[in-house]
Amino acid sequence: MSVETERSSTESSAASGLDFEDTALTLRLPGSAAPEPDRKRASSDADAAGESPLAASASAASSDAPPAPKARVVGWPPVRSFRKNALADVAGAGGKAAKFVKVAVDGAPYLRKVDLEAYAGYDQLLRALQDKFFSHFTIRKFADDERKLVDAMNGTEYVPTYEDKDGDWMLVGDVPWKMFVETCQRLRLMKSSEAVNLAPRSAQ
Amino acid sequence: MTYFPEEVVEHIFSFLPAQRDRNTASLVCKVWYEIERLSRRSVFVGNCYAVRAERVALRFPNVRALTVKGKPHFADFNLVPPDWGGYAAPWIEAAARGCAALEELRMKRMVVSDESLELLARSFPRFRALVLISCEGFSTDGLAAIASHCKLLRELDLQENEVEDRGPRWLSCFPDSCTSLVSLNFACIKGEVNAGSLERLVSRSPNLRSLRLNRSVSVDTLAKILMRTPNLEDLGTGNLTDDFQTESYFKLTSALEKCKMLRSLSGFWDASPACLSFIYPLCVQLTGLNLSYAPTLDASDLTKMISRCVKLQRLWVLDCISDKGLQVVASSCKDLQELRVFPSDFYVAGFSAVTEEGLVAVSLGCPKLNSLLYFCHQMTNAALVTVAKNCPNFTRFRLCILEPGKPDVVTNQPLDEGFGAIVRECKGLQRLSISGLLTDKVFMYIGKYAKQLEMLSIAFAGDSDKGMMHVMNGCKNLRKLEIRDSPFGDAALLGNFARYETMRSLWMSSCNVTLKGCQVLASKMPMLNVEVINERDGSNEMEENHGELPKVEKLYVYRTTAGARDDAPNFVKIL
Repeated sequence: MSVETERSSTESSAASGLDFEDTALTLRLPGSAAPEPDRKRASSDADAAGESPLAASASAASSDAPPAPKARVVGWPPVRSFRKNALADVAGAGGKAAKFVKVAVDGAPYLRKVDLEAYAGYDQLLRALQDKFFSHFTIRKFADDERKLVDAMNGTEYVPTYEDKDGDWMLVGDVPWKMFVETCQRLRLMKSSEAVNLAPRSAQ
Repeated sequence: MTYFPEEVVEHIFSFLPAQRDRNTASLVCKVWYEIERLSRRSVFVGNCYAVRAERVALRFPNVRALTVKGKPHFADFNLVPPDWGGYAAPWIEAAARGCAALEELRMKRMVVSDESLELLARSFPRFRALVLISCEGFSTDGLAAIASHCKLLRELDLQENEVEDRGPRWLSCFPDSCTSLVSLNFACIKGEVNAGSLERLVSRSPNLRSLRLNRSVSVDTLAKILMRTPNLEDLGTGNLTDDFQTESYFKLTSALEKCKMLRSLSGFWDASPACLSFIYPLCVQLTGLNLSYAPTLDASDLTKMISRCVKLQRLWVLDCISDKGLQVVASSCKDLQELRVFPSDFYVAGFSAVTEEGLVAVSLGCPKLNSLLYFCHQMTNAALVTVAKNCPNFTRFRLCILEPGKPDVVTNQPLDEGFGAIVRECKGLQRLSISGLLTDKVFMYIGKYAKQLEMLSIAFAGDSDKGMMHVMNGCKNLRKLEIRDSPFGDAALLGNFARYETMRSLWMSSCNVTLKGCQVLASKMPMLNVEVINERDGSNEMEENHGELPKVEKLYVYRTTAGARDDAPNFVKIL
């Protein structure tokens, strides 16, 4: 996996536009090399599953909003909860029936969030990913119901993958939608060339 | 007056549409009471616990239109615990037993079960309008029952409800014989609907005037629908997401051209800016525009559209419109009467989207403005004074400064004088929400000037019991008072307790009221329900307060003829 993607995984707020690496405080001496062990651990998906900031935040999506300077007051500002929930995926706040997961795209220096509960099926989810976030992508469906997103700008193909509760990376579409919503921890649009190494499609 | 034949009196009563007038007439004598109750067609119950449902059904057996409201207003902001109450079932059951002629039911902030909807669907043969606003507890199965059985349905209006989605089946339950729909709003349904069913339903509803689609409806489906609804006046657009099918855009454009009657637009859920240009030709005829669910549109997208809406009277928008965008509103929308600006980001304080500048600009450019809801990051007294002078016709003025207790950003003073100017200049003010740094002085102004005020919302304001006393003693028309996080205690609560009989309700949360104070109120006023809501376990309370009397977390007081309700959960104590 590319270094770029991992940087994006540790980025906490897509909206901030800041590069985590540039602003993070570290214990290393000025000018010394990047902390190699950390990078190594993070570059293995299986290892990162339980401990990386991304996985931790994805499993507790509701507490994952950008930090506010002051403690939040319940019911303030006085905005209807319905409205909050409806705008939640933009505002970064979790609603009652929302399940937010982060979406990473290989090579893209940012993360997005989607509310899986807001969609009724795979087609809607992919359409939303395309429409909301990656408008230069188009969806391509294959005969075996496999879906890929194609970057219209450079022709790169992406395979939508997800990390399940066990920390395994699976192909999106391999289980019924409802089960997917329950088990999905985060999404990653993986470059096709890398997805070849992924676990074989479902546990057939 | 008894020498009039009853038919004549009844006929005269038919010229009294106002509930208040009919209530007054019914108090004249027993005969009038009888005539009035048997001829009453429309009943409004502002608080479902103020009267028993069976009593209403018994008194008004010929009611056609029933409106019932449930939870207190602060429930909108999660201040009322779930399971507090506000159940629709007793009302629907009572009506089913006693009011077979019921045709219209409107409910707000109530818990409506699927079983209730099923009962509703089967009990009233002439049922034609169901309006649910901010309700919860039901699923699309309940809606399927309504669709299947209410053969004469004209209006199904679902506004901001939490509906459990059980798939797209419900929409296809409208039988082929259902051709009477005038208004259909399912914008709050989360799941997909079947595009084919929707198209067929719309095409056999020649009287359809209002149609609000949900987020799942695509541009392509919208275009197909609009081809069949040239008489539409009010449209909720669906997602309006760019689906890269130029063909659907052409269809949408030509369909929209035919909608000459269209006056109001909402939706825009995930609107792609590219979609908006297809709406432009319509803009000139619009009087209502709700862009407040469209976080995908930025200030320039919004202003390009709004600048074309020269007849606009009602505009709802997110604060990403910015002060500059509001200046465009001010220069373009000369007929604007109602403006709501909602926050697009609830949590990042200090991010300034709209300020006092935008509000002043709109007040200057839109002299007809009479209703405002404005979320902003800062305000000044000078701005509020200007706004009050520019727009003395405000009947509703709700200003929310996002950071609690924030003073005038220029002078660092409280905003007392600014809100004072609003209540002084706007003689017809009926609803007011105040925020920012406020002392007791603002309440002195409110008590002194706000004579028409019916509803007041207070948050993080005042310094002593005197503040609330000014309001209780001064605002003679006050019907609803809701207060949170303000230092008002027992003295304020009990200072003018007789007032509560003339009010619908009082809400106080995180104030200084004690259980003792509430008990005194309850003992003095047997016609009131004094509900104390304590969600936390009270065992540590005494220690925290170091021997002081424990404060009640939440207090809800309302007048009632029904006595203590029997459906209260264990965290609610009715004194």
